[in-house]
Amino acid sequence: MDDGKLEALGQTIVSALGGAASAHAVAFNQLTVTVDAAGIVEVMKYLRDDPAMRFVNITDVTAVDYPGREKRFDVVYHLLSPTLNERIRVRAEADENTQVPSIIDVFPGADWFEREAYDLYGVIFTGHPDMRRLLTDYGFDGHPLRKDFPLTGFVEVRYDDQEKRVLYEPVRLNQEFRKFDFLSPWEGADYPLPGDEKAEPKA
Amino acid sequence: MNEQNLRNFTINFGPQHPAAHGVLRLVLELDGEVVERVDPHIGLLHRGTEKLIEQKTYLQAIPYFDRLDYVAPMNQEHAFCLAAEKLLGITVPRRGQLIRVLYCEIGRILSHLLNVTTQAMDVGALTPPLWGFEEREKLMVFYERASGSRMHAAYFRVGGVHQDLPPKLIDDIEAWCDPFLQVVADLETLLTGNRIFKQRNVDIGVVSLKEAWEWGFSGVMVRGSGAAWDLRKAQPYECYDEMDFDIPIGKNGDCYDRYLIRMEEMRQSVRIMKQCIAKLRAPDGQGPVVVEDNKIAPPRRGEMKRSMEALIHHFKLYTEGMRVPAGEVYAAVEAPKGEFGVYLVSDGTNKPYKCKIRAPGFAHLQAMHHICKGHLLADVSAILGSLDIVFGEVDR
Repeated sequence: MDDGKLEALGQTIVSALGGAASAHAVAFNQLTVTVDAAGIVEVMKYLRDDPAMRFVNITDVTAVDYPGREKRFDVVYHLLSPTLNERIRVRAEADENTQVPSIIDVFPGADWFEREAYDLYGVIFTGHPDMRRLLTDYGFDGHPLRKDFPLTGFVEVRYDDQEKRVLYEPVRLNQEFRKFDFLSPWEGADYPLPGDEKAEPKA
Repeated sequence: MNEQNLRNFTINFGPQHPAAHGVLRLVLELDGEVVERVDPHIGLLHRGTEKLIEQKTYLQAIPYFDRLDYVAPMNQEHAFCLAAEKLLGITVPRRGQLIRVLYCEIGRILSHLLNVTTQAMDVGALTPPLWGFEEREKLMVFYERASGSRMHAAYFRVGGVHQDLPPKLIDDIEAWCDPFLQVVADLETLLTGNRIFKQRNVDIGVVSLKEAWEWGFSGVMVRGSGAAWDLRKAQPYECYDEMDFDIPIGKNGDCYDRYLIRMEEMRQSVRIMKQCIAKLRAPDGQGPVVVEDNKIAPPRRGEMKRSMEALIHHFKLYTEGMRVPAGEVYAAVEAPKGEFGVYLVSDGTNKPYKCKIRAPGFAHLQAMHHICKGHLLADVSAILGSLDIVFGEVDR
């Protein structure tokens, strides 16, 4: 589908949803609709059941962490409509305390995706019948995909031959974790380079 | 025995069970031999791939994709490359596209061969894996001859593929095609009409089409339930739109239909491979295999010996890497197991800000309870086999 049709589809969705959806955007030939987290269930029901939409396939639910923002998480849903042969991305903002209603009653397939988003990001879904951790270890603490969670983690495990069991210990690094930042400081600098002050400012 | 002493029996299936296809732990609640509740515990192979990718440049992220569904490595790399290419706004040269399609179909056969034969082993047939693995071995040699590695290829790069194929390799792949069709036919004589195989698979694990969609299924799992849905046809990427192939679909949505679809898909893959080979030899199939923009793909070795600029480009690419414009994109490919998608968020630097990997097996496995409830214990392994689960991609 070309961008014009996607744009029209986005407008239809936003106007049909009234207050629940606030904006839509088309980028890279993909449609994104921004909605209010509290109204996500109605949005999903509309997208699934409306005869002009039929987004019946839940592709993915995940979150993105922007620690600098007031509401740090974007909860992102991807749906697919085999009828329209089109995908849609639904985005809702949330923070650590926002209660995002679970869409498990609309799409049973959201089950593990929501558990995963809770496990790795700490997004709280309400109304999910079985909200346990999914991918991390039994008894794990923290949400590893948050940007403020260190790559090395906090706990390491080893098998102790004397005690005949697996031991959990705080991570001990013999050498500080080195992060090689190769991002060039030259490109895109918005200050004048020393000795280059007289050069014309870039348009 | 009075009513109070009756209780359901709970057993642990896995994580070390040959039919668990890796490290799955299923907690099964049984009433006699009937399954009441299935609770899959996953994450025993969780390696934090998504976290690691956020720390690596785009080039360094590619090898992680080989280690997801390690049965068909290149199909995974493909999704990531497509996502990055969409953000960069580049098109892969034609020869690069043809090679990608050729190797994606090899990957599909690799995966289906493993799945069909080991699923047969789960229900009691011992010969199919031996026959199937012989062919897989030959295919992995083709992987090795193209990329230098049998499994963890890292062959697809953003902008194309790493190196061109030697003509002899193309000849050998072509020579492999027709004898392989005979192997597929032989496998079918072992399984398709086999009484035990049918008793274990027909009408087992039936999924209706509506359920399949709302549970997030894709690939063979929706085609088995009767949807003519294949991303290669519906949303063609690379040069799939010029390939001539058919999409087999099932009627009943049971394990047996899914088996039949996989068998037919292998034949269709061979058909696509033959077309790729013909196109690779045609005059318009010649040319570069990777974009010639040296900000994205490294310069050739020979150039680097003579050109200072090429040397600088090479150095910058392998230290800083490429800068990908800010934006977010979802790219999906029809991997052998279903829709494998990558949701990539870039902030304009040389590392992905977020890379969510949407694995088909993850969505399929979560429906285990839904599909298995009311089946017998022995059916659990038949269903698990027909879902086509590989733990590399489920746990990530």
